[in-house]
Amino acid sequence: MLRIRNAKKSFGDQVVLDGIDLDVAAGEVVCLIGASGSGKSTLLKCIDLLESTDDGDMWLGDTELTDPALNPDTARARIGMVFQSYNLFPHMSVLRNLMVAQRCVHGVKKADARARALTLLERVNLVEKAHSYPDSLSGGQQQRVALARAVATDPELLLLDEVTSALDPLLVGEVLDFVAELKAEGRTIIMATHEMDFARASADRIVFLADGQIVESGTPEQIFTAPRQQRTAEFLARHR
Amino acid sequence: MINEQPTVSARQLERLAFRRKRTLRRAAVGALSTLLVFGVLGWLVTSAPGWPRVQATFFSASHAKDSLPFIWDAFWLNIRLFTVTELFVLPLALLIAVVRVVPSPSMLPFKILAAAYTDIFRGTPTLLVVLLVGFGLPALRLAGIPTNLFWLGVIALTLSYSAYVAEVLRAGILSVHPTQWASGRALGMSYGQTLRKVILPQAVRRVLPPLINDFVSLQKDTALVSTIGLVEALRAASVYQAESFNFTSLAVAAVLFIVITVPIARVTDWLSLRAMRRQVGG
Repeated sequence: MLRIRNAKKSFGDQVVLDGIDLDVAAGEVVCLIGASGSGKSTLLKCIDLLESTDDGDMWLGDTELTDPALNPDTARARIGMVFQSYNLFPHMSVLRNLMVAQRCVHGVKKADARARALTLLERVNLVEKAHSYPDSLSGGQQQRVALARAVATDPELLLLDEVTSALDPLLVGEVLDFVAELKAEGRTIIMATHEMDFARASADRIVFLADGQIVESGTPEQIFTAPRQQRTAEFLARHR
Repeated sequence: MINEQPTVSARQLERLAFRRKRTLRRAAVGALSTLLVFGVLGWLVTSAPGWPRVQATFFSASHAKDSLPFIWDAFWLNIRLFTVTELFVLPLALLIAVVRVVPSPSMLPFKILAAAYTDIFRGTPTLLVVLLVGFGLPALRLAGIPTNLFWLGVIALTLSYSAYVAEVLRAGILSVHPTQWASGRALGMSYGQTLRKVILPQAVRRVLPPLINDFVSLQKDTALVSTIGLVEALRAASVYQAESFNFTSLAVAAVLFIVITVPIARVTDWLSLRAMRRQVGG
């Protein structure tokens, strides 16, 4: 479903992605772990074409994402992305936040968009907030709305960029519960995270990044119990 | 029967009593100092040796009553001028602001034009623009250019004010955090859709106070068209003053200008407050 070969990205002389190779199969949940600055967020932004890569190829299904002639909007419409800082639209009600992309990107009829938005809000237990504005919601509630907004357009691939990093520890659970539900319904997810317990329990595969390179990748069981690389072991030791 | 339990502690009752007393004391101080300041100001003005003379020449009740209908008729022109100009300024300024922020390379010539336009018309005194348009444009004798003074006034004020308003709107657009762009684009919305649905509504809300400031300023600057021969409120007041040798008509015109700007200011305050409450309070 997603194929990345030798992806490279630098900001000035700082190399952020140094030849990333990654394959993600449909329905797979991949957790990217690694220290801040290891390139996790940049990789996700490059996949969503919010940043351009300097070299390498990226394919989403049969579409070459790195094709310069590709209209990035059509690619992004197939990918959902959720950010660390929620980034809901503060001037729109929760309901409209969930409807806007359905309406103007995918041409969904108003009644259908509304029905889908309400169904999703019910799933994240926020129906009663449908007509509230984002700033009146708690961080956990906002992030659940952001997740619901990202899946409202039914994307093929979901990119989650440290979606719990800005949250109070008590609110992390409610967000991760919904991510687990999305996995259960068979969504393909790439998730940058510092939540090791969640990664261990829910990921199909863990990818450990350091200095813009994939140091090691494997099943949670293998990575957490028997890391092959010294750096992985050191990183994990610091994160328990 | 159970004794009614006090819902707050005795110490809290003391605190409440103290706060009540303090609120009363503060209100009393406020009222007293207001009275004092205005009293002194009033006394200073009215005790000036020339006050009776000023009162008779600037604030005469009979002249005010006499001149009001005449000035009001002329003031109607200011209102029309202001309303029509504003209808042109808003879309033109929005267009200029958007052209200046859009990164598309095909827009480059328009971006240069828009930048030059704002530089020139923001830098030129509005009075000069009014004179140039009012006397210069008709002199060109081009087909299609209005010779009607009202429309020449509208053109001049639109040219001048669109430059200001465009800069206010552009500042608003640039003040919206880049993550809002990112999340709009991440949802698959195009640049234009993100601008229209996500960025502009937030930008306009943020710059509402300076925007209203410019419109109040525009209301007053409608008086400048008197220089090209339109009889608006200020000109009408001067005509009355020249005939009656009394300045009260000018004060009447001033009051009319104030009267229309105050409600606009209050309505905007109310609008921004409501938008803020709705976003934050839920």
